[in-house]
Amino acid sequence: MTVTDSADLVSIPALLARNAREFGDKAAYREKEFGIWQSWTWLEAVEQVEALALGLLSLGAGKGDHVAIAGRNRPYLYWAMLAAQSIGAVPVPIYQDAVGDEIAYVLDHCNARFIVAGDQEQVDKILDIRDSLKNLQTIIYLDPRGLRKYDHSMLKQYQSLQDEGRAARGDLGDELAKRQKAQTYDDTCVMLYTSGTTGRPKGVVLSNRNVIETSKNSSQFDDLGPGEEVLAYLPMAWVGDYTFSMGQALWTGFCVNCPESAETMMTDLREIGPTYYFAPPRVFENQLTNVMIRMEDGGRLKKWMFDRAMAHAKRVGPALLSGEPVGFMDRVKYFLGDIFIYGPLKNTLGLSRVRIGYTAGEAIGPELFDFYRSLGINLKQLYGQTEATVYVTIQPDGQVRADTVGVPAPGVEVRVGDNGEIYYRSPGVFVEYYNNPESTASTKDAEGWVATGDAGFFEENTGHLRIIDRAKDVGKMADGRLFAPKYVENKLKFYPNILEAVVFDNGRDYCTAFVNIDLNAVGNWAERNNIAYGGYQELSQHPQVLDMIQAHIEETNHSIAQDPMLSGCQVRRFLVLHKELDADDGEMTRTRKVRRRTVEDKFDDLIVGLYGDAQFVETTTEVTYEDGRKGSISAKLELRDAVVAAEQQVAAQ
Amino acid sequence: MFDQADSFITADGRTIGAVMMEMKNITLRFGGVVAIKDISFDVREGEIRAIIGPNGAGKSSMLNVISGFYHPQEGEVWYKGARRPEMKPFEVARQGIARTFQNIALFEGMSVLDNVMTGRLNHMKSGILSQAIWYGKAEREETENRAVVERVIDFLEIQHIRKTPVSRLPYGLKKRVELARALAADPKLLLLDEPMAGMNVEEKEDMSRFILDVNDEFGTTIVLIEHDMGVVMDLSDRVVVMDYGKKIGDGPPDEVRNNQAVIDAYLGVAHD
Repeated sequence: MTVTDSADLVSIPALLARNAREFGDKAAYREKEFGIWQSWTWLEAVEQVEALALGLLSLGAGKGDHVAIAGRNRPYLYWAMLAAQSIGAVPVPIYQDAVGDEIAYVLDHCNARFIVAGDQEQVDKILDIRDSLKNLQTIIYLDPRGLRKYDHSMLKQYQSLQDEGRAARGDLGDELAKRQKAQTYDDTCVMLYTSGTTGRPKGVVLSNRNVIETSKNSSQFDDLGPGEEVLAYLPMAWVGDYTFSMGQALWTGFCVNCPESAETMMTDLREIGPTYYFAPPRVFENQLTNVMIRMEDGGRLKKWMFDRAMAHAKRVGPALLSGEPVGFMDRVKYFLGDIFIYGPLKNTLGLSRVRIGYTAGEAIGPELFDFYRSLGINLKQLYGQTEATVYVTIQPDGQVRADTVGVPAPGVEVRVGDNGEIYYRSPGVFVEYYNNPESTASTKDAEGWVATGDAGFFEENTGHLRIIDRAKDVGKMADGRLFAPKYVENKLKFYPNILEAVVFDNGRDYCTAFVNIDLNAVGNWAERNNIAYGGYQELSQHPQVLDMIQAHIEETNHSIAQDPMLSGCQVRRFLVLHKELDADDGEMTRTRKVRRRTVEDKFDDLIVGLYGDAQFVETTTEVTYEDGRKGSISAKLELRDAVVAAEQQVAAQ
Repeated sequence: MFDQADSFITADGRTIGAVMMEMKNITLRFGGVVAIKDISFDVREGEIRAIIGPNGAGKSSMLNVISGFYHPQEGEVWYKGARRPEMKPFEVARQGIARTFQNIALFEGMSVLDNVMTGRLNHMKSGILSQAIWYGKAEREETENRAVVERVIDFLEIQHIRKTPVSRLPYGLKKRVELARALAADPKLLLLDEPMAGMNVEEKEDMSRFILDVNDEFGTTIVLIEHDMGVVMDLSDRVVVMDYGKKIGDGPPDEVRNNQAVIDAYLGVAHD
């Protein structure tokens, strides 16, 4: 089965109608609820979307109105986006874990008139800030639990709105058809707020053309068909999820599966066995950490087998996957390893059926990347942005490497500016930042070239793009050597015990680092070694934990020293932070990227300490709890010196 | 606030119905020890009724009288307008009364799902043979009961541990599983024996939320014993205060809080 293309497919709802015609009874959406995978065919999905669209019309929703969507990935919420698009309104998905202020900013900025909220938690957050939202008319909620007794002057239940819509079909059906017909390729398809590693979030306006052209190109590139299965578990507000679970799913007609809850994601992944899989590096890190923890608990024989098999896989796995020549005996060994270790492990991870896997959102550590590749999972990298409707560069099958992000994606032109900054131009280039012409102008020039803010270069022999770092973050240290913090941080984060690392140079001639331990991994280790601890803070300052982290850093230093260009980035002094970096405290974005400047400002006393010679530093930090209350924690942190691998490599060049 | 009218609506919009259970002059002795001395109180349909008191006050004994585990030497238990004869706990359970225990009483080796399924035992009518060969009625029944159980699992947000053996769960989750099992029985009256003992603040908040939601969604009447005064005052509609087997207070939380006898019992004064 392949999809048919035609000139009238100019909007996402038009794609939905085509899928209902062509694949009517094929599963379009699945969600696990009450322990069972419930599914909806394309025909059923159309009915659901139409009912809600009519419901929205009955509430008076107009063309161009903004409809915000807040909640975890559920078919109903994807339908809400489709319903909004059907009537010419613009869906604005927002991060479900965003706190009141952040939601208030976004809802106020886009002047949302309707909000579709997943559950009571989301409704409560919105009701708290209701006074500041002048244009807000109705909150449509999905899960009625706990909401029955609320004042319903502003609330409406999702299904009852659909019922009202169905009842009003006679009156409003024509209007709906008219609105659908009136859509053009250049109408706004969706508005997505950037996570904003710097400054306030910006509303990126994407047109139907952006989304559909990009979906078309990328689906062709990887030969995606209606038979693919994906698991939709990444935030709906992220451009990646929009492109995969809406754009590509609607374009190719594949099935979108939604997990039962965030906690069951790993189980659901196994049950679905996606063929096309997407995850940011963090998810792969967590999976690997879990595997390593469980191997530590395993018996000796199992451990021995695992270690041997993995060492072999590391050597020949990636080559096999890329179709490079591999010796006969190595193939036999790999085959045996696949039967005993790799196959079962992939099955446990839920990745047995993955035909194409992507990691994006952030650079992935090479060791981590190779681990999955060596198992025979076709994990690839792509590099993209919200402003590009995801795709800037992408790795074709057989040309996959950890240190590059691939060649320009189909239809995308990429060039590197004189200052090393990467620019691109493509059919996916965003229309504008909503209500922010200055930012639009400073990002996108008159010819449609967009500045990425990242620095990189094309490799001469392969034509692959290599990203060095955020253009702003890459710098020169006081003695002129290159400083690329991300490179070091990714290396450190490969250790299961290290969750997050932030490396600084502070304008001096050597680097220091903050480290967050992974409570899961280190907690497990503590349990095995009978080390009692009361919580993150206590465990993080345990001398043995510090020894362990120090060993990791020294190992990393050694490996960095091999690269003459970056050997200056070795970490000379470090500390383990007394709290985990958290999006609620603004230290990370909602997509879990560290906000370097915020961390620098917030913990400046610790940085001063790291560049001094005290052995301990005392500090107090303000923290925000999940419900928005604030508190503070105090701690005495130990500052440690790490051995730096000899500079002979530098001398040798 | 609580008059004799048959039903009324509280300030937060919940409906409190007529008297559902009445304890009349209950006295319970173990040999020479008097655990409960001449206590009377009632429980209304749809309310959350707390029993509080210092250690050894007789709270758990009281709950055991309600659940039919202890039989009082004196006094009467009236349930749904009729005097309840002496009953075995399983007969009480069949009348729609379910409970959780102070010390978790789950089947440690069984999965969460199986544990919660045991809560449906009273709703299974098929014989041991047809269950064994898994045919006809037995299969249908199991499916129906599983559907109820899945709703409870969804409600208490324990989907992620559905297949996990109970022995591997942390304490707070075990407590939630116990609540799930009790809820699976579809009770009219739910008895909770210290549902929040040993929990941290966050777990307590979650549990409070669940108790309120159970009461709200299913209209289940709840009798709970709890030590945490903050929790009791927030959750309950009326509170019975016990001390040394005697009732020393009964009424809405605010009233009880200002009751001198209650203050004395909690702060400790010399007893005769």
